Amino acid sequence: MPSLFQQIQAGRIWDFHGGIHPPSRKTQTSQKPIDSYSLPARLYIPQRQHIGVAGRVLVKVGDHVLKGQALTAADNAMAVPVHAPTSGTIVDICLHPSAHPSALPEPVFVLEPDGLEQWRPRHALDMLHADKAQILQRIQQAGIAGMGGAGFPSHIKAGAAAAVDYLIINAVECEPYITADDVLMQHHSDTIVQGIEILSQLLQPKAVLIGIEDDKPAAIKAMQQAVAGKNHWFVRALPVKYPSGGEKQLIQRLTNKEVPSGRRPIDIGIVVQNVGTAFAIAQAVLEDIPLISRVVTVVGQSLSRPQNMYALLGTPVHELLSACGFEPQPSQRLIMGGPMMGFTLPDARIPVVKTTNCIIAPTHEELPVAGPELDCIRCGACTEACPVNLLPQQLLWYSKAKDHTQLQAHNLQDCIECGACAYVCPSEIPLVHYYRVAKADIRETQREALKAEQAKARFEARKERLEREKQERAERNKQLAAQRQQQLADQQKQQIAEAQARTQAATTELTHAEIVAERERKKAEARAYQAAKLAAEQDIIQSAEPTLSADDRAEQDPRKAAIAAALARAKAKKAQASGEAESTSVEAATVAAAPALGNTVEPQSSSSDDAKKAAVAAAIARAKAKKAQASGEAESTSVEAATVAAAPALGNTVEPHSSSSDDAKKAAVAAAIARAKAKKAQASGEAESTSVEAATVTAAPALGNTVEPQSSSSDDAKKAAVAAAIARAKAKKAQASGEAESTSVEAATVAAAPALGNTVEPQSCSSDDAKKAAVAAAIARAKAKKAQSASNSEAATDPTQADSEPPLADSDAVLPPVPQDEPQVVAQPEPVAANPSAEDAKKAAIAAAIARAKAKKAAQNPQEPS
Amino acid sequence: MSFRIAASPHHHSQAKTAVIMRTVALACIPGIAAQCYFFGVGVLVQIALAVVTAWLCEAAVLKLRGKPIQAKLSDHSALVTGVLLAVAIPAYAPWWVIVIGTAFAIIIVKQLYGGLGNNLFNPAMAAYVMLLISFPTQMTSWLPPLTLQTTPVSVSDAACTIFTGYSCSGNSLTQLRSDVDGRTMATALDTLRTAVAAKQTVSEAQTSPVFDGLGGTGWSWVNLGFLLGGLFLLQQRVIQWRIPVAVLGSMTLVALVFAMVDSDRFASPLFHWLSGGTMLAAFFIATDPVSASTTPKGRLIYGAMIGLLVVLIRNVGGYPDGWAFAVMLANLSVPLIDAYTKPRVYGQSAKRG
Amino acid sequence: MITALWALGALALVFGAILGYAAIRFKVEADPLVDQIDDILPQTQCGQCGYPGCRPYAEAIAGGDIITKCPPGGEATIKKLADLMGVSLDSLDQTQNKQEKRVAYIREEDCIGCTKCIQACPVDAIVGASKQMHTILSNECTGCDLCVEPCPVNCIEMRPVQTTAERWKWDLQSIPVHVVEVK
Repeated sequence: MPSLFQQIQAGRIWDFHGGIHPPSRKTQTSQKPIDSYSLPARLYIPQRQHIGVAGRVLVKVGDHVLKGQALTAADNAMAVPVHAPTSGTIVDICLHPSAHPSALPEPVFVLEPDGLEQWRPRHALDMLHADKAQILQRIQQAGIAGMGGAGFPSHIKAGAAAAVDYLIINAVECEPYITADDVLMQHHSDTIVQGIEILSQLLQPKAVLIGIEDDKPAAIKAMQQAVAGKNHWFVRALPVKYPSGGEKQLIQRLTNKEVPSGRRPIDIGIVVQNVGTAFAIAQAVLEDIPLISRVVTVVGQSLSRPQNMYALLGTPVHELLSACGFEPQPSQRLIMGGPMMGFTLPDARIPVVKTTNCIIAPTHEELPVAGPELDCIRCGACTEACPVNLLPQQLLWYSKAKDHTQLQAHNLQDCIECGACAYVCPSEIPLVHYYRVAKADIRETQREALKAEQAKARFEARKERLEREKQERAERNKQLAAQRQQQLADQQKQQIAEAQARTQAATTELTHAEIVAERERKKAEARAYQAAKLAAEQDIIQSAEPTLSADDRAEQDPRKAAIAAALARAKAKKAQASGEAESTSVEAATVAAAPALGNTVEPQSSSSDDAKKAAVAAAIARAKAKKAQASGEAESTSVEAATVAAAPALGNTVEPHSSSSDDAKKAAVAAAIARAKAKKAQASGEAESTSVEAATVTAAPALGNTVEPQSSSSDDAKKAAVAAAIARAKAKKAQASGEAESTSVEAATVAAAPALGNTVEPQSCSSDDAKKAAVAAAIARAKAKKAQSASNSEAATDPTQADSEPPLADSDAVLPPVPQDEPQVVAQPEPVAANPSAEDAKKAAIAAAIARAKAKKAAQNPQEPS
Repeated sequence: MSFRIAASPHHHSQAKTAVIMRTVALACIPGIAAQCYFFGVGVLVQIALAVVTAWLCEAAVLKLRGKPIQAKLSDHSALVTGVLLAVAIPAYAPWWVIVIGTAFAIIIVKQLYGGLGNNLFNPAMAAYVMLLISFPTQMTSWLPPLTLQTTPVSVSDAACTIFTGYSCSGNSLTQLRSDVDGRTMATALDTLRTAVAAKQTVSEAQTSPVFDGLGGTGWSWVNLGFLLGGLFLLQQRVIQWRIPVAVLGSMTLVALVFAMVDSDRFASPLFHWLSGGTMLAAFFIATDPVSASTTPKGRLIYGAMIGLLVVLIRNVGGYPDGWAFAVMLANLSVPLIDAYTKPRVYGQSAKRG
Repeated sequence: MITALWALGALALVFGAILGYAAIRFKVEADPLVDQIDDILPQTQCGQCGYPGCRPYAEAIAGGDIITKCPPGGEATIKKLADLMGVSLDSLDQTQNKQEKRVAYIREEDCIGCTKCIQACPVDAIVGASKQMHTILSNECTGCDLCVEPCPVNCIEMRPVQTTAERWKWDLQSIPVHVVEVK
């Protein structure tokens, strides 16, 4: 039994099932030479003329292109470029009816030829030294796709990596009318063979089989001559039968092999290429001529001169038709392709593309229009004719019933749509049309099923994601709740521990010695307190504020002590303004106040040490203040220093249990900030009140913080700090707009009052005091405003007035605890004003009077916003 | 100028259903001619009656269904049904037999199933079976060959007998069928059956003048006529060779087996070939494309089944000639046969899932 | 008489045993009904049937709900469900013809980045983040319409899917014929 190869060598050819023999009608064009026609006015070159994706567009409207210039570039393997068939200008890139049965618009390049036929530079590929990759790249870049009608990118087929047994050249051209390949072989057999050589080199087949139908004797002879002497190259003349030119049918005829369903010929070691493709490959590789034209058979009895033409790609069909003498009939059909597999054109502007091998313009007599569709009589002629051995009848029944399962069971996907079944059907049923519609339906259903799967997967993933997020949130919430629980527990533990310690301390039985020591300590404290009181008294007497028996009050009322301290401070400022070193008094006052405050606030703590420390600090501050005054620095510094000294002292005395060092640090920091601000303010010419503000402000939070270790009045302190900050801002704004310093003073007061209120009463309901302080601050604000408006110029020119103002405001501020004293507020400024310089005193008196008036008004409307 | 859109292919073989049907009807002519020559012109009257009835019934039903009458009638399928039924029944059966039969065939068996191409059973054969069961006497009143006729039957007698039941000279059909001895003559098959049942051998039975050594006097020629017509159809590629060959082949085989088993009781294959309605059935009835199998292998099985059944019915069954039953039974099996005889498609492996 | 009874009884036992054995030995595991129904449904998750997704509707159908509630599935889905559930098609109302496939499209110049549509999309086919541009992934969009409502600036519209040559349904009647003057 000879092997397959031997049989092929011997010239054996096989047959496939079915097939038909329509009249070939080829003689009208096969005897004539290939003709050309004049350049059309416009060429419409589609961007995609193959199976795959269009290349990347390289040109834009208005570009001038040369003949053979690439209009698109291939970015990937499935892209095949298109080229300019002639030189000219790209006048448009737009949508144009496509060369497809649907005639759906697709993007095209509209090229207007300039008639010059200028080529771009061409470089032949040296076949001796070029490697496979280079050749394939040249084939791809030349834009070569299968020219037999399918349009599969040739470089992919030619670049097959698998072993190739047979390279089959399809020169069968089985469809009636078409003679394009026939005349190509007659006139260009040598070039064709060169192309086949190139393919051979790429694929290394065992044999090359060239199949030609035996109704093309001239072509057979030409090819036989061209391949003479080539080893294992066989030209086979096949008896005419449609559709021998189908890839699968040709393989079966020449090699008796069958391509498995759903696979490609390369899977059985066979590559089939059209003879026109081989010609194009030769031109591209050897002459660097890209695929820009092809032979097209233009035929039909409505043409007076049917013939083959060298058609430029992109030529509108009507150009070819008119070149052949077209006389259209009413209801004319224009068929692109052969009569069996070609599609009708709804538009004569549709261009020639790479896969166009024929244009038919038949008359009704030549190709009668299909009659009415009758019922299928189950005659079985279609089954006899089918080259794939299908059951077209059953496929028809199931197509009509849209039974996709049965259609697939009857192998609809193997139908090659050759049209043989519809050709023989006596009932003139358009069988192939039914199958195409059914195939499109099945494809669409499969696509939708796939999409549904994907949508389902995404939906499930989304559900999962939402679940996950919900769980994470729940986790986090649980953790936070646990944390909070922990915090609360810790706090409670802390409180319990402190309470325990307190009770412990409270309930600790004191030994006699301890009791004595305690008594001594208390005595020492009292002495210190007395000293401070004395100092305070002096200052207070000096300040001529009889109502303020701070000494007495301070003892009984910590608030009053704080107020006294403030007053002392204010006096000191005045003194400093006039040049006296009253910082001492201030210091002293502060220092005196400090222990008082400290004592009143915490009678149980051992504050003697602290008091000593405070005294030391005060002394230091005094010295500093002297130095500052000597060097002419602003009094604010001393005030600051005093405050700074006071603050830690206060801080220390007042908070034995809490980390007073922190507060001291905070106070120090605040004081430093205040210092800096004061310097800045002085640099910009602002009144010292700013610094006072700053100092007070910084002091306030410090005070607030230090005085309230255990109560939750830290909130109030915070509020005070906030209020102080606001006051600061307001003051700055006011100063910016030119208002009197009193505003700043106000702010300071506002800040101070709540703070003071808070600090003085740590164990009582400080909120009331805070409120009262706020009210007082408001009143003071209003008064101050009135004072300002009345004595604006005075305030601006006389800084001393400003000095007088603060005490005013302060005095106003300190009065709130005694509401009935409001009217006396007015009176109070007078003694204050009647201080150091007579002039100042006078001015101060005037200002006081004005303030009085304002205060009266303000009293009527205490809520007046500042 | 506007362009016409059409689906490919644009080329057509110009084969038409109407042409096929017409060709089938024409191919019956040799057989009909033989029938006329040997048995009188009664068959022509039957044909006329059948065709008219068929057209009328078809037109009426198409009108009811809302289908185009002219287009559907012009596919000649009704014509063929009428002709085949008319040829199959006794030539001198009363007129209402053919009319009822044709009406039944067209209306119930063909149109009610969906019209041309959709009927499950062969309309002519289904009608024949219905008539045979409903009117057994009329359906078995075969006139003997003219040569054996004792009472001469003229041309006008055909019309008279068919329409009135009596010949123009007043003889009843029974009388027309009687031989000199007064016994009614039957067909060759019938005679054989009766004789074998009476324990005669085949050879003895074949001494009767009804037999002529082949298929029966006159009947042989009729069968040869239809064989000629069938061969004509084959040549015209109107029918395929598979069904006739399968029918005749299996009939021969089975009859051979029977004859070898007992040649005294069972007739030879040659007798079977040329007796009764063998050729008519093999080439015209069984090849009705609508009710036959569609796959190539299926057609062989279908034909073989018919041949087998016919011989069984003839030799051991209850009826002298069983074509109608055989064809009907095969029609029933067609969907099953088609499902299991799908051809191997190119590219698919030979295994069937 | 007794023999007959014995014979029939014995036959019944024998065949019963054979059938029982076959039922266990040759049992075929089939998909649960809900899974089969869910496979038929188009997975648009649009909620037009009144259920929050296709799976709940599948469960409802298995529980006896009518099968005509799914507009995106169209006639094909109803036919398949009728086949599966053994429901006769004649007894059902005719649903509207399957509309052409549409996908959502966001007009980017109007989008304010509020993420309301992202939260509404049942298949996460919208890409975007708060204050960032939102856009629809056309390949993933099932055309369920659920994103159109929540958009506060009405910048989402439903556009029909373009027919391409690959997806053309061979409707010869729809090809536009170009009438030209005879040259």
